[in-house]
Amino acid sequence: MKIQTKYLGEVDIEDSTIVNFPSGIPGFVEETEFVLLDIPGNPVFQFMQSVHTSQLAFVITNPYHFYKDYQIELDDVTLELLDIKQENEVLVLTIVTLKDPFLTSTINLKAPIIINQKKMIGKQYILNSDEYPSKASIQSTAEKGV
Amino acid sequence: MLVLTRKLNEAIQISDDIEIKVLAIEGDQIKLGIAAPKSIEIYRKEIYVDIQNQNSEAANVSADLLKLLNEKS
Repeated sequence: MKIQTKYLGEVDIEDSTIVNFPSGIPGFVEETEFVLLDIPGNPVFQFMQSVHTSQLAFVITNPYHFYKDYQIELDDVTLELLDIKQENEVLVLTIVTLKDPFLTSTINLKAPIIINQKKMIGKQYILNSDEYPSKASIQSTAEKGV
Repeated sequence: MLVLTRKLNEAIQISDDIEIKVLAIEGDQIKLGIAAPKSIEIYRKEIYVDIQNQNSEAANVSADLLKLLNEKS
């Protein structure tokens, strides 16, 4: 099926690549279907594009690329909602808030995007602890040499 | 907004299956107990608003800013 995207123009997607977000995500609760799109020539970031709203797309990335020790524990409700049986079904992503200059950009470690990549169900999971901020620097502490 | 006054150990019932009870009052802090079905998501308001705002900001990236990504990869 062909969809209009915010950054990549018209893109042909397979229905099987659509991730269902039953309750949307905070601020966008009506948006229940997203698709992950590669950014040409960029292996680190992807777009999380709304299937129904062409102008809604997020830049996302793998949090472990920036914070190797990032650790989260999913609660039972989320495991049930996403029908997660095994760890290898789980894809953990984080939304990037791009800023200029690039190194002032932040990633949201407080509310990662959790996807069951077998069942293609997703949710933005808000952590109950204050361990990780919603605006974590895209420069991990290791890279900053702290 | 509906405003109700409650004392310690008194509760509010919302619909059939949600109960909010005043468990303790300590100075300017009030401890609330919430009993609700597992499917009801409960967050501290400021945290939920923070995530909403963060999502809105992240969604409002101009195509110009996007060029930064490619310079970085």
